[in-house]
Amino acid sequence: MSLKIIADLCTGCSACEPECPNEAISEKKNIFIIDPDKCTECEGDYDTSQCVAVCPVDHCILPLAA
Amino acid sequence: MQSAAASYVSLDALKSNRNALAEPVEAPAHAGCGTSGGEGKASCGTSDGPDDMPADVWNKVKNHPCYSEEAHHHYARMHVAVAPACNIQCNYCNRKYDCSNESRPGVVSQKLTPEQAVKKVVAVASEIPQMTVLGIAGPGDSLASPKKTFETFRMLQEQAPDIKLCLSTNGLALPGLVDEICKYNIDHVTITINMVDPEVGAKIYPWIFWDHRRVTGVEAATILHQQQMLGLEMLTARGVLTKINSVLIPGINDEHLIEVNREVKKRGAFLHNIMPLISEAEHGTVFGLTGQRGPTAQELKAVQDACMGGANLMRHCRQCRADAVGLLGEDRSEEFTLDKIEEMEVVYDLDRRRSYQDRVEAERQAQHAAKVEALAATQDAGAADGIKVLVAVATTGGGRVNQHFGHADEFQIFEVSAGEALFVGHRRVDLFCQGGYGEDEKLPSIVTAINDCHAVLVSKIGACPRDELKTAGIEPVDNYVDEFIEKAALSWFADYTGRVARGETVHVARGDASIRQGAFTAAA
Repeated sequence: MSLKIIADLCTGCSACEPECPNEAISEKKNIFIIDPDKCTECEGDYDTSQCVAVCPVDHCILPLAA
Repeated sequence: MQSAAASYVSLDALKSNRNALAEPVEAPAHAGCGTSGGEGKASCGTSDGPDDMPADVWNKVKNHPCYSEEAHHHYARMHVAVAPACNIQCNYCNRKYDCSNESRPGVVSQKLTPEQAVKKVVAVASEIPQMTVLGIAGPGDSLASPKKTFETFRMLQEQAPDIKLCLSTNGLALPGLVDEICKYNIDHVTITINMVDPEVGAKIYPWIFWDHRRVTGVEAATILHQQQMLGLEMLTARGVLTKINSVLIPGINDEHLIEVNREVKKRGAFLHNIMPLISEAEHGTVFGLTGQRGPTAQELKAVQDACMGGANLMRHCRQCRADAVGLLGEDRSEEFTLDKIEEMEVVYDLDRRRSYQDRVEAERQAQHAAKVEALAATQDAGAADGIKVLVAVATTGGGRVNQHFGHADEFQIFEVSAGEALFVGHRRVDLFCQGGYGEDEKLPSIVTAINDCHAVLVSKIGACPRDELKTAGIEPVDNYVDEFIEKAALSWFADYTGRVARGETVHVARGDASIRQGAFTAAA
């Protein structure tokens, strides 16, 4: 299970990066990407996925289709 | 630290106090200048001088363009966009949009790392020696990315020790970072406070990110409000000067801002800046999309006037971008893009900056003295019969009427009555004249922008716009060229009231004016 950032919607604001408990988020060409191998959707750490909660753009961060 | 928690505004107290707003507000002991400047006086944010405030406060504001109206004609500021993240969502903000032709808060062209930011500051400080102030204003919230913000300040303190540091914030993370702010000698902090009643706040802030979750509605606004008040009190207790920015949103917080003014003044705010909502559908903000309009010029002025005598009011804000460079009202950021500063050979010459600033200060004091002298020689209008009017002024600086009507991209607005000409704000307009030729289609927008004025003082004006202004009921005045603005305005006023008294002119009230949306950066 993992989340992904929709590149077209990402503003590159970086709000998500420091909130990730797994350090799964990094910057690439002015926008941010999630490493699916590290992402846990915050399960075990928080009630809600931190990146989704802090992201200023609706529907920018979605579950990665399996 | 004082016990801040005990002095929160309780909601019940606020509601029961609604009818008591006319009561005088007690000034905090350390206070700024508003209470010592004399009854009816403008404010520090506008034109107060060293006689109106304690020396330590004057030293902090005298060359800060945002904190001193007079200083903003002489000293420049810059913002570096190192803090793109934000911890709240505001209905008037959309971070996605950036047009280089557009200027409004929250918008930048290029975000910077702290290292890039420091390089840019040093480059600008070398090119523009009167740049005295460096602010971090986002483009998100400066305290939502505290590492980037304070790393920038730390490096700047080492490399450019003479530059004043300031930041602006929504206040949510402020209480936890006050110690850091003091550590880097940041002596000016701006907090955006749009409400002191969470019911009002819920209409402005859809959510905040707090304690690892997204909080919405009144709960979110309550937390934000408590953090803002606590942060303001903590800064006041430590002697940090604070400016409160409030966005005036008609129908949501217009009259409520008078309460905000009262509450922030009570907590020691130095300056209150009430700004018009910028709201256009193409900005993609919630308010833009729902058709929430911004205030008219008179609606803005009415709230600002109602707040005079509260905290000192700032009237010269241009609502600049989070990467603006230069004097307020101009933006030279295009000269200092990352590519360009990479190529610059930069030497930070502190002595050169100091001697340049000494000359700026001497010039400013000479101007100030000449103005005082000129005003002393100005005759009062005799029979003004309580008449009070607005006049628009075209000026290129120096406090004088010295700009061609067609060259003005903004007008200064003065409120004139018998014996007093008071600066009350700016009106941005599209450039009417390019290369000596007036563009007729632009004129109506200028009339709209100064439609509440009785006269416009200019150095020169063409025949066509002259006639059109007259038709609109605005008197074009070009016989006070190079006079100090206040003197020119009072002289015109004496002439005007004389004509009214003799029955040559009928005094009629003017209508309202519109505020130009999305003010643009300096014309290329």
